[in-house]
Parts: sequence; structure tokens; C-alpha cells
Amino acid sequence: MTVISQAPDRGGPAQPLLEVKGLVKHFPIRGGLFGRQVAVVRAVDGVDLAIRKGETLGIVGESGCGKSTTARLLMRLIEPDAGTMVFDGETVGGPEETGGVPLRDYRRQVQMVFQDSYASLNPRLTIEETIAFAPKVHGVPAHEARERAHELLAAVGLAPGQFAQRYPHELSGGQRQRINIARALALQPRLVILDEPVSALDKSVEAQVLNLLVDLKEKFGLTYAFISHDLNVVQYISDRVLVMYLGKVAETGPVEEIYERPAHPYSRALLASRPSMDPSQRRTEPPLTGDPPNPVNPPSGCRFRTRCPIAEGVCAEREPPAAHLTAGHEASCHAALPGSGHSLAGRLAA
Amino acid sequence: MSAAVRMEPSAPLVRARNLTVRFVSRDATVHAVNGVDLDLAQGEVLCLLGESGSGKSVTLRALMKLLPRQARVGGEIMVAGRDVQAMDERALADFRGGDVAMIFQEPMTALDPVFTIGRQIAEAVQRHEGVSRAAADARALELLELVQIPSAKRRLAAYPHELSGGLRQRAMIAVALACKPRLLLADEPTTALDATVQIQVLLLLRELQERLGMGVIFVTHDLGVAGEIADRVAVMYAGRVVEEAPVVPFMAAPMHPYAQGLLGATVHAGMRGKRLTTIPGAPPSLETEPVTCAFAPRCALAQEDCLAGVPEARAMGEGRMVRCLRPVTK
Repeated sequence: MTVISQAPDRGGPAQPLLEVKGLVKHFPIRGGLFGRQVAVVRAVDGVDLAIRKGETLGIVGESGCGKSTTARLLMRLIEPDAGTMVFDGETVGGPEETGGVPLRDYRRQVQMVFQDSYASLNPRLTIEETIAFAPKVHGVPAHEARERAHELLAAVGLAPGQFAQRYPHELSGGQRQRINIARALALQPRLVILDEPVSALDKSVEAQVLNLLVDLKEKFGLTYAFISHDLNVVQYISDRVLVMYLGKVAETGPVEEIYERPAHPYSRALLASRPSMDPSQRRTEPPLTGDPPNPVNPPSGCRFRTRCPIAEGVCAEREPPAAHLTAGHEASCHAALPGSGHSLAGRLAA
Repeated sequence: MSAAVRMEPSAPLVRARNLTVRFVSRDATVHAVNGVDLDLAQGEVLCLLGESGSGKSVTLRALMKLLPRQARVGGEIMVAGRDVQAMDERALADFRGGDVAMIFQEPMTALDPVFTIGRQIAEAVQRHEGVSRAAADARALELLELVQIPSAKRRLAAYPHELSGGLRQRAMIAVALACKPRLLLADEPTTALDATVQIQVLLLLRELQERLGMGVIFVTHDLGVAGEIADRVAVMYAGRVVEEAPVVPFMAAPMHPYAQGLLGATVHAGMRGKRLTTIPGAPPSLETEPVTCAFAPRCALAQEDCLAGVPEARAMGEGRMVRCLRPVTK
């Protein structure tokens, strides 16, 4: 069989699967008589992240924080304005002679699952055609691609005999999301970017899909970037977590560290905003007031300072660099950084 | 005017008996609500909990007679002592916004984009209370302050698109509260909001409910939201209420296997590394009215007698009710 197999590991276990530095994406807002650029949305404004081999990196944040733009940048569905992406030691999109990986090869190794399970499927293709499409494009003979599609349907828990010939509109939301997952796996990717994959599903179906994602990761040796606004789901599925606020990384670290000892005031507030599930211990005060500011005109210095309970003068003057707390745990907050000039400097790193 | 109808204090604010809703079209009939009984006391918060297609939003809309024409509504609906089914358009115009108001998930579609927030609130006040424009404008300002919109005076002149999502939701709440309704119907009002804003709006609604003594029926699919706001919970499945209970005992130990499955499937802290319990299968299509326990095909405890008919509502003590032959009791 000429079925596509997963690309081999090149950089070894210590090399992150994907390493991103200084990722920037600004969207121009045009207006006026001649469609001049009147402002920019600073959707992603200097993001560094690393996804290690075999882990699940959870990316959380509120709407407008840039998490979906980050997902699209990681997939290279949109071109970044600045920043470098290194996939298993090779520069993404760089010339092959200098150790780069061409975009076509990169996109075969990185696949994506979107929130809207219906909009991301072609309504005119049967399920089988949808899943077999990409392998055929990459040169797999039609009958082998079909066979592979049936295997994948079985792997995502849908009986091939029953579903292969159906169309997307004949399926439920949960079933459609399984098809999207099967399609993403058709090219044997190494990294799967999951952009709010369970947010549109009912709770009982959400649990089914989360269990499936855990199983598939094990079975196919996958690495996940899992983007969600749901803190409980991210805690459940992630090994490490990245908290974003207004186009910047606020905090990153192992999941237990972030959830048990959040260092950034925003992470603390976000975690404290979760409903308690215990009616006898209801909250009386909201952890934060107001909405996140507009990313068109973000606050100077630290972007969280306008809602931060411990903001001081230094927070408006300088943007906080990432402070290292423990191994792999970093928070971009002056209060966590010794010698920053903040009155709590260094003491927040509890 | 609504004020003409006075009720005894003990009378329930909402009383629905055997409520049914069918959507009839040429191709198919959908049995969306199949015999719902609801009671709500003055000043009580009831959460209607269920997944998509369970009939929770349709039930809510039926209470305000907001369903489209092709909906066939049956049963008895009494709200604030008045028979909703019997009301004509004129009576409904007084009733909606006066005795009862509704807030929605998406404020951008619920608010009128071409009028300022202040005008939309003042319009409701003028329409229902017949006061002057100046008095209505003053009331609009009070209401924006009530829902804790910062720099309220300036926001009166703002159009909906000029506000952030959280402020828009507050503005919609202000419109709904303009005429001091006794019953507030809330259809997933916090679902589209971010986590830090959702908790603010939930706390605001709880505070306003207590301060104004409103009855609230709050539709949600989120158990956590129900835990924050409800006094009582009614779980819907396939157009019926399958369990009803005060929120504290319910969250501690749901009795219906479906409610239990739902709680088990809801991801919360401390579940990391464990396999999530799931409910196999999917809800029924409702093209025919379920004549048995609708959950039986997905239920691990189901036996033959579960398919013999719709289980009767059983009182379980502590104000609890469950429609199940084998409720889970510890």
C-alpha cells in the first residue's frame, strides 16, 4: 500500500515539534473615502510558544484575545506579519536548501479541526469522499484512499457501512465533528490544531468527543494544540497551558501549576470566574469588572493593567517581560518579576 | 393595564399544566414539548436545564405566547393570574414588557440597531406607564445605573453597536426591567459571554432578582450556571420535565439517569486523567410523540417496563420529582 505514513521524527525528543517566536498578525481596518487604512487590530502581537512532542498544549483566553488567529497562523491559513516558526528543527516556509520545510509538506504534517462542524464540511461530498479527498490530492490511488477513509471512520467510532455514503446534513453535530477529526487524520499528521472543537456540542456529546480525542492521540502518536475558552475542558485535556490576553501571552506553564498556583492576576481572575458547581458556595463578588478592552487600541505597558487589581505606575510605563517562576512556568507580570519596580515585585511568584 | 389584576400572595406566578407544543409543516410534525407542568412562586428562580432540542426554549417562549403561527400550543398556561392562551394581541402587548419580560442570548439581535439605548428603554416606560418623555428618560438613566453600566449618563446616547458584549447584555436587561416585571424569562443570557463577563452578569441578575423580588425562569444548558443562580432546577429531555428538585440536593445527587449522565459528562475540576462518562446514542427525533420513557434507549438501567408507557411523575420528598421507574437514590 502506498498509503501516506506519518513523517519520521527528525529532531529527536528534546526538539519541540513546533516552536514559534515573535508571532505578529495585525489586521488593517479600512475606512474613509478611498479605503485608507484607519487603524489596525493587533490580533496577535508578539507571541512565543513551543509545542513539545506528544503533548497537548491548551490555549485559553476570552474572545478577542487572539487565540483563533494564533490557530490560523500556526496552520499558516494566514500569513504572519512577523515571527519565525520552526517545525521539528526546520524553518516553516523556508527554502529546502537551508533546512526549511516547504508549506505543502508542513500542511500535510499539521492539520486542523474547526468549531463549526457543518461549515467546515463540503455539503456536496459524501463522508467517504470528504475523508479520501486529501490523500488523493497527495497521490494515493483512489481505492486505497477509500479503504483508508473506512478505517478512519471506524477509528472515530462511526460504522463505515452506515456512514460512508451519507452527506453532512444527514448527521448530528457530534457525528459531523467526528468526520472532521477523521479528515484531519487522513494525512497522518503529527500535529493537530483543534480550534474550539467541542464548544458547539451538547455536554453529553462533548464528553464523547473528548474521550475520542484522548484515544486517537494515543493510537496515532499525535500532538495537539487545543484552543478553547472553556477552562474546565482545557484543564481536562492539556499537559501545558498558555493563557492569552489581548494578543499577548499572559502566562504559560504545566497544567497543575497554572490551575493550582496561577501567578498572573488575569489567570487568577479567569480561573475564579468559573461557576463553582456547588450552590452552597456561590460567589458574591465578580473577580473582574468590565469587558476586555478593544484590541484596536490596547492599553500601554501591560495590557491587563486597566482591569488589574494590583496595577501600579510601572505597569503603564513598561510592558512586562516573561518572568520565570519554576521550570517551564512563566508569567508576564511586573509583580512576578524581581526588581521590576512594582511594590510586590517577585513576591507574586508564590 | 396589568396593575388592574391583583393576585393573592399565595397564588403561583406561573402555573402551566400539560403544556404541549407541536410544530406542524407540510413535511413533518415536530413534537417539541410533550406535557410540561411548571409552577413558579413569586420571587423564585427556576432553571430549565437541557440540551439542544429538549424543548426548554420552546417552553419558555410559550409562556409569553412568542411562538410562530405554525406552532400548535395546548394545555393551560397561567402567568400572574392571567390565561396566556386566551389573550388577544392587544392584551399581549400590555402583558409583554409589563408583567413579564424576556432576555435573550444575543443582545445584538434583541436590541434595535437604529435607536439609542436610552430611547429603547424610555419607549418601553412610556408605552406601559403612560408617563412623559422627560420622566421616561429619567427612568432610563436610573435603569442603566441599576444594571451597573459605568458612566450611565453618556451611555444613554449610545447605539447598541457602540457597546461591548457585556454592556449590551446589561442594556438588554435594563430594557427588560423597565416596567418592573414580576416575571423575567431568560433564554441563555450568559452563554455567548466570556467567562469573566458571564460571572458579572450572573451576579447582577441574582442581585436584581433579589432586590426587585422577581420570579425568574432561566433556560440554560450549563449545570455550572444553574448552580450559581437557581433555587430550583427542572431537567428537560425530549419535551418533558424528567426531574425537578431544589438546586442543592440536585447538584449533590441527581436522581434521573439522564440528569446523572449529564452531571457526569460535564467536565469540571479534578477530572483530569479520568475517562469521562458519556451518554451513548442521541436524543430521539420527536417526529412522533414519545409514548415510552424517551431516555430508555440510552439508559443503562432500562428494563422492559420502561417501554410500557411514559413514566408517571413520582414525588421523592424534599420537593423533588422524577419521571423514572428506577430513580437513582443513594
